[in-house]
Amino acid sequence: MYSRGTYVVLDAGIVRTDDDDVVVDDDEPPSKKLETIAKAPKPNTPHSRYLWSRVRKNITNHTTRHFGRRRVIQPMTNLPSFPGAQRPARSYRTDADGVSIATYEWGNESDPPLFLVHGGSDFAGTYDVFAPIMAAAGYRVISWDHRGHGDSDHTALYGWDADIRDALTVMSSITNKAAPVVAHSKGGALMLQLADASPYRISKLVNIDGMPSKRRMPDAPDHDQTRMMAGEITGWLDFRHEAALAHRKPGSLHDLAVRRGKMNPRLPIEWLEYLVTIGARQDDDGWRWKLDPTMRFGGFGPWRPEWTLLRMIALGMPFLGLIGTIDEPMGWGTRPRDLAPWIPRNGRLEAIHDVGHFVHIEKPNEVSTMILEFLS
Amino acid sequence: MSTTANTTQQLVHNKVSLALHTLRVGSGTPLLLLHGLGEHSPSTVPEVATRWPGPIYALDFTGHGQSSVPAGGGYSCEILLADVDVALRHLGGACLLGRGIGAYIALLAAGARPELVHGAVLTDGPGLAGGATHISAVTEIATVGDRSGQTPDPWALIELSRDARPANYASTFARLSVTGPNDIDPIAVCCVVRPPWIEAINEEPGVMTGLSAQEALESYAAR
Repeated sequence: MYSRGTYVVLDAGIVRTDDDDVVVDDDEPPSKKLETIAKAPKPNTPHSRYLWSRVRKNITNHTTRHFGRRRVIQPMTNLPSFPGAQRPARSYRTDADGVSIATYEWGNESDPPLFLVHGGSDFAGTYDVFAPIMAAAGYRVISWDHRGHGDSDHTALYGWDADIRDALTVMSSITNKAAPVVAHSKGGALMLQLADASPYRISKLVNIDGMPSKRRMPDAPDHDQTRMMAGEITGWLDFRHEAALAHRKPGSLHDLAVRRGKMNPRLPIEWLEYLVTIGARQDDDGWRWKLDPTMRFGGFGPWRPEWTLLRMIALGMPFLGLIGTIDEPMGWGTRPRDLAPWIPRNGRLEAIHDVGHFVHIEKPNEVSTMILEFLS
Repeated sequence: MSTTANTTQQLVHNKVSLALHTLRVGSGTPLLLLHGLGEHSPSTVPEVATRWPGPIYALDFTGHGQSSVPAGGGYSCEILLADVDVALRHLGGACLLGRGIGAYIALLAAGARPELVHGAVLTDGPGLAGGATHISAVTEIATVGDRSGQTPDPWALIELSRDARPANYASTFARLSVTGPNDIDPIAVCCVVRPPWIEAINEEPGVMTGLSAQEALESYAAR
């Protein structure tokens, strides 16, 4: 998902999460706790030993795990249903240079590959309706949870280059030949960058509302914008001090669906509840989204959204851009006329009316028909 | 009176353990050394800083020296800025002496935390230039082979040597650096090499040029 407000590339890519969903530990102000940790040259008190052990455990769990490829990570049974939704036929982990990436497949292994790339704050399971349609049309559909998302490892660092490397690792594990890619939102922008840097990897590219136009800034003079940026920087840095102790707030399955609904207001609650059963885990005290709580929607960075369009116009492979016409909290706010000058020579843009950011979820049949026609 | 010391403490930055070295104990405003890309903190006070009157510290950035190495990279200069912010909060503020990429990070820190940075001295060193100032294609590199997990982290070298540093981004941090409570010119450009981001800040208010690093440090020590 894209936010159309401010953004940062350095953390989770363009990711916006519901801040209410993240809390920092319990009984002591987080800054006090971190101060306690930081001021201890070595773990020399029971409290600092406890905190250090938690941090160490995080570091160990999330930075040193190695998995063989093709290991089954969970049985695909006993999950609530949603009309048309189908869990993947196969599920395994791919080792991306020490980061374990949860990878999923729908359809026959002998069919030609088609890669689906999800957006920020999402996970591969958001394709549970769309992917089976593509598989039924004769594709081996492969998707994965980005690092920090879904069942993939939580890492210490997040960044676009890292996300693209993870994508390349998954794609290379399937084929070294050019293959078609369908990508949504942040995933779409990632794939535009990959298609520009490694055009021999992608035979055809479908981008679903992942084409950010120039950043929207309030009509404010330079000095006011500088001051606004100062607030964004300090907010992000302050959060980094607390991030080690951040975790996601528990709730009922319905609570989590309602929370997500604030950012996905056009999607039915039944679908959001279905997503909770995949993108969240059930602990003793309730459900929690699996998304790494240390990811935070930041407010600054050197990257400029319009750079993505400069890449887009340079593409040589067949390109299909899809965009909804209804603005949403998680949408980028890009309008078809913003994109018209940037459509590549072998590309076209389709504006789908009365649809929001999640074009393929709102209208899976119409969108899959259009994409299958393009891929054929 | 200052005395030599060489101890290391570990600070927490999210899932990373940062090594902060005490090179010299003392009282007054601390001096914090920031190393270049692929380097690590020195074990003794460098010649240029010997006349600093206060305590002297040196920070190993994430993936460097005795700091921990995260799996799978994902580096940015803003993450290194957050490393420095953790150290600044621990020390209660400091004057920064940055080499190479450490100079760029010192500029970012001076803009991000003007109330905690009592001067930033920018000097030559590895990683000073950075990457493109516009869009650029990324090379397809999916593994770093046998060097995985070692310092300096190969992903740090790859990612931080090509991070984008647009001129207007750098100049924004220079403008922010003068919003602090200290009555100083907070940035001292003491490097010979002048990449575009340095050229961009040269004319900004609060940026001193044409002086040596030693002169800049003496200037900040006197205030």
